[in-house]
Amino acid sequence: MLDIKNLKASVEGKDILKGLDLQVKAGEVHAIMGPNGSGKSTLSQVLAGRDTFQVDGGSVTWDGQDLLAMPIEERARAGLFLAFQYPVEIPGVSNAYFLKAAVNAVRKHRGLPEFDAMDFLTRVKAEMKSVGMKEEFLYRAVNEGFSGGEKKRNEVLQMALLEPRLAILDETDSGLDIDALKVVADGVNRLRSPDRALIVITHYQRLLDYIVPDHVHVLSQGRIVRSGGRELALELEEKGYGWIGDAGEIHAAPPAAGGAQ
Amino acid sequence: MSAVDTWVSAFHAGAAVQPGAGLPWLAALRREALYRFADEGWPTRRHPRWQHTSLAFMDQQDFAANTVAPDAAAALARLRGDDAGHWLVFVGGRFNTELSDIGALPAGVQLTSLADALEQHPEAVQAAFGSATDGDSPAALNLALATDGAWLRLPRGVALEAPVHLVFIAGSTDASQHLRNLIVAEANSEATIVEHYLGEGDATTLTTAATRLQVDADARITHLKLQQEAEPAIHLASIDATQARGAQFASHSLSFGARLARNDIHTRFDGEGCDALLNGLYHLDGRRHVDHHTSINHAQPRGNSREFYRGLLDGNSRGVFTGRIIVAKDAQRSDAMQRCDNLLLSRAAEADARPELEIYADDVKCAHGATVGQMDEDSLFYLQTRGLDDAHARRLLTYAFAAEALDRITLLPLRKQARAALMARLPGGELLEELL
Ligand SMILES: Nc1ncnc2c1ncn2[C@@H]1O[C@H](COP(=O)(O)OP(=O)(O)OP(=O)(O)O)[C@@H](O)[C@H]1O
Ligand SMILES: [Mg+2]
Repeated sequence: MLDIKNLKASVEGKDILKGLDLQVKAGEVHAIMGPNGSGKSTLSQVLAGRDTFQVDGGSVTWDGQDLLAMPIEERARAGLFLAFQYPVEIPGVSNAYFLKAAVNAVRKHRGLPEFDAMDFLTRVKAEMKSVGMKEEFLYRAVNEGFSGGEKKRNEVLQMALLEPRLAILDETDSGLDIDALKVVADGVNRLRSPDRALIVITHYQRLLDYIVPDHVHVLSQGRIVRSGGRELALELEEKGYGWIGDAGEIHAAPPAAGGAQ
Repeated sequence: MSAVDTWVSAFHAGAAVQPGAGLPWLAALRREALYRFADEGWPTRRHPRWQHTSLAFMDQQDFAANTVAPDAAAALARLRGDDAGHWLVFVGGRFNTELSDIGALPAGVQLTSLADALEQHPEAVQAAFGSATDGDSPAALNLALATDGAWLRLPRGVALEAPVHLVFIAGSTDASQHLRNLIVAEANSEATIVEHYLGEGDATTLTTAATRLQVDADARITHLKLQQEAEPAIHLASIDATQARGAQFASHSLSFGARLARNDIHTRFDGEGCDALLNGLYHLDGRRHVDHHTSINHAQPRGNSREFYRGLLDGNSRGVFTGRIIVAKDAQRSDAMQRCDNLLLSRAAEADARPELEIYADDVKCAHGATVGQMDEDSLFYLQTRGLDDAHARRLLTYAFAAEALDRITLLPLRKQARAALMARLPGGELLEELL
């Protein structure tokens, strides 16, 4: 479903993604781990269409389409969703308006009737309940004054409402208490289906106890330097990133994934 | 032409038929004001309060009446909807009895046209009229030429429940209109007064307006001005308030119309513990220009003032804000806060925001800040990643920027009116209707 080949991206002349390859098939959950500053958020922002990053090479094909050629909102309408590492506060716009505008933009694109106010409220309230958000959050400005965890719940709420086909969660678990973590995991697991794919960026193996990934990748210095199964996450947790090497090269003799257990 | 001489002859031609022409004090006051205007002429950039808004061009400016008079009844109906309230309508600077609907008033409340008030209670009007030395030369011209306006007197302790709406429709058969509104709120009274300035057509018209408010001890007055004059109009206005002990005054100035609009808004705390809110919002496009020149004079202790101005500037427009705060030597424990934030919607738009602080007391809290910025890229991106297209996202953020100012209007029907006025200006505003 998603095929990233040799992706290179830079910002202000600084190379960040340096030839990244990743294939994600429908139905799969991929976890991406990697040190701070390695380019995880850059990858997710480039996929979502952020133009502060310049794409210098490579390609991204999504369901046979050139993803990088699509306008930001077209990607979203076609089912790409990015849960932001740092959700943006938008004073003056109520969360209710924002959510409704988003849901209807996507529904319209999919040829579904737009929700009227009543239908939308019924739907959103049900989803808010399942992510543990009080109704008052509908009437507050988007993310404004939300705590870290509340912002992340709001991201999961948007994901649930928009029913994406490809969801990228950029550290949605960071800074969450254990209940919130379960909410995020639950949101992701409810979305799991054979025609959807998920990319979960995280620093913590504990999230992967709840969201069991099919593949785990290590992103370092702008490249995927190692891929494996779920056990790779455990190994990283135990040993850190040191053994993977700092030039983006895989160490000569990494311990075998199986051997570490 | 609008050269000074033109106005002097206009004055002489009209003086005899002006309301209150038979009152010697008023005739003298008008003459004095006219001489002042003739003497000073239109302010230019050399004038310290007009550095960003020269009226030198006025000497060459022609004003003309629209060939087709605007449909005042239709304009009023659109604005009023089914609001009961108290409605005074002025067309071309004159009170229109047919369109007005003053409604039932509590005992003792005087709400009439200024012309009527000059006949019914000239002494009270005289006390509130103001002097020829008030403000700058355009204010003097207004005093000399004002044909009408509203008179509102609230007796002690009386609260008007419904807002008083003053509707001024420009550009009918006269090229200019000159309005003077006098409001006297006696101790512990309460009211909301809304001034609507409407205009249509493509003739260049001139409005001068002066509103004077006397807010006695513990009275609570909210004043909202919604300026939606026609595109080519010139609008020169002042709002002057004085506040006695414990008086609360809120001014909301929304400037959406006219080619050039200038609002001088002043309030002075003449007693302890006064409270003032100066809230403003302007939206400009094309080559239009708006200048708000405000001042809050903390002449007495323990006053509290809050001032928030926001501008949305598109095209080649220019928004000017000056916020003067004076805290007198003995006005201890004054608390003043001022902000001016501008959102530039185009590269060619320009914003000026200038605080002018004169603090002579030492036990004072005073904060001020100003920002000029473009649309926030992070917010735009966030909205787009949720499926909103660029145009929708921009409209939403533009609206959101203004919403903060609108939200300070506490009376919901008025906030809705203000919102509708803004939506009508924003391209594709109807898309945001559900926000209402
Ligand atoms: N707009 C920008 N301007 C300059 N440098 C940037 C910009 N955005 C990202 N970078 C740099 O790119 C590199 C990769 O950043 P990125 O946010 O992708 O890292 P990350 O892997 O998500 O890190 P973390 O785990 O801390 O979230 C960092 O060195 C960062 O400083
Ligand atoms: Mg990151």
